[in-house]
Amino acid sequence: MDDALSGETAGIHQRPGRLREFWFYFRENRGAVIGLWIFVVFAILAVFGPWIAPHDPTAQFREATLQPPAWQEGGTWTFFLGTDPLGRDMLSRLIVGARYSFFVGVIVVTVAASGGILIGLIAGFSPKWLDSIIMRIMDIILAFPSLLLALVLVAVLGPSLTNAMIAIAIVLQPHYVRLTRASVMSERQKDYVTSARVAGAGLPRLMFVTVLPNCLAPIIVQAALSFSTAILDAAALGFLGMGAQPPTPEWGTMLAEAREFILRAWWVVTFPGIAILVTVLAINLMGDGLRDALDPKLKRS
Amino acid sequence: MLTYVLSRLLTFIPTFIGVTLISFSFIRALPGDPIVVMAGERGISQERYLELQQQFGFDRPIAVQFWDYLTGVLHGDLGSSFVTKRPVWDEFFALFPATLELSVCAMIFAVFLGLPAGVIAAVNRGKLFDRLLMSTALVGYSMPIFWWALLLIIVFSGNLGWTPVSGRIDLIYYFPNPTGFMLIDSIASGQSGAFLSAVRHLVLPTIVLGTIPLAVIARQTRSAMLEVLGEDYIRTARAKGMSPFRINGIHAVRNALIPVITVIGLSVGTLLAGAILTETIFSWPGIGKWMVDSIFRRDYPVVQGGLLLIAVMVMVVNLTVDVLYGVINPKIRKR
Repeated sequence: MDDALSGETAGIHQRPGRLREFWFYFRENRGAVIGLWIFVVFAILAVFGPWIAPHDPTAQFREATLQPPAWQEGGTWTFFLGTDPLGRDMLSRLIVGARYSFFVGVIVVTVAASGGILIGLIAGFSPKWLDSIIMRIMDIILAFPSLLLALVLVAVLGPSLTNAMIAIAIVLQPHYVRLTRASVMSERQKDYVTSARVAGAGLPRLMFVTVLPNCLAPIIVQAALSFSTAILDAAALGFLGMGAQPPTPEWGTMLAEAREFILRAWWVVTFPGIAILVTVLAINLMGDGLRDALDPKLKRS
Repeated sequence: MLTYVLSRLLTFIPTFIGVTLISFSFIRALPGDPIVVMAGERGISQERYLELQQQFGFDRPIAVQFWDYLTGVLHGDLGSSFVTKRPVWDEFFALFPATLELSVCAMIFAVFLGLPAGVIAAVNRGKLFDRLLMSTALVGYSMPIFWWALLLIIVFSGNLGWTPVSGRIDLIYYFPNPTGFMLIDSIASGQSGAFLSAVRHLVLPTIVLGTIPLAVIARQTRSAMLEVLGEDYIRTARAKGMSPFRINGIHAVRNALIPVITVIGLSVGTLLAGAILTETIFSWPGIGKWMVDSIFRRDYPVVQGGLLLIAVMVMVVNLTVDVLYGVINPKIRKR
């Protein structure tokens, strides 16, 4: 009898943890795993970029301007991906540029998500009038096309990467508010919340400890998706001259600088774009995998 | 039904006032005194400065200024551009057809390729074609379109010389522009080659602007189709021995279309954001380029008015989609 009971508890303990279960489903999606690996490389480049890059990204090799990539005639192995109009090494600039996009993603998502979750929780738990006011404000922000609003905000704040990040975070935040509020609304009516309330849980505990963890799955997926949106928007702002300013090797800014050379030197235009595309694609692949792994409705299919 | 429409309309009013307030406050928040900017490099005398300040009403309390602006807007007065001195309203509607033409073409491109692609992918779920199509869609969805535009220019304008790089039509053609739509006006002008020139100018911007909507529509159609294909009535149809073409092509697609139509309607905002980049790159004389130029020129009334008009446009479209969705799908109404 005793043995049987202990056997049962052992069985319960052997149930795979949440993380293991998540990884099990995530691994099924090959694209997502590839995306994850690319993202890991991207993150390493972002952190250790300046030590990995073969040259200083802002050093101008005046004797080697607009040199083609190594495999093309006239290219050398010193500048593997060629040089830009000022003689700066493309490869080094791309490697060091990874950190700008990475930090844009991290900071924008952190700011937008934490702000959005907090506001969404408040909206979900507050009386109807406050909820209506909050949601109308979000509607107002969502009425503007995101890039246009970001552009005008940056014009107000002054063009720089920091201000671009602030603008993008403001523009992305309503999505988190809506998502959190919708989940809170549906979770709040469930029995476990009622029982927690009856047990005497205060409002803050109810909001952050009882309800929030159960609303996280869609928010995590949204975070992955807005990570890529943030990178794209920051690059677009850089391209329009409203993001990072030259000589910062931010990928969008590099594209803007290279624009007049597109017909003479394909490599100055092609590589920064590929860098943006591959990064964004990897994150979107990961996001799709996350959604499949976290959404129990799709798990069975 | 009527109450549903009315309640949706009622939420429109506070949002409209908020949107007006935001676009109004930007002109106050932008760095630099608008009058000094307007005077340009030559500077301005003290008397003239005060005179202009009075003329624009900048010396009055902010709340009064906002009230004036709001009532002005409701009477269709958005102020005049600092640069061209023309009313913002006139400028907007002179340029709007160019953006509309481009957006409609991009949307047609996206729908006509995206819908069949999504349906075929869903029917062949898990097969090579499905995987290929969905990977392509994900690449399209992740595309930095400003780079995509440059790439297409390199290949089709630079190397192949098939398409022009900028503008709406070759400069050798000149004709009146009554509708503002180059495709229609070029035919109406009767000049040979004008229509072809307009089309060639339109191709690349259309592809660039349509890429992301195309990817979104293909993905959305596929997932909507998959959901419908799992329904009981499809199984019944199959059990009855109906031909697969009839099942997939008629029974399933019709029901899968509902969410897809919503996505198409709601992508107006995305389209306008994309138009900013596309028009800037291809020097397309539309709303997007106009806004970017005005932001750089610090033409405050234009930025303010354009922002407001674009936001209202997006809101009206979203509201229409919402209401139509309620008409199509009665479940939505009871919320």
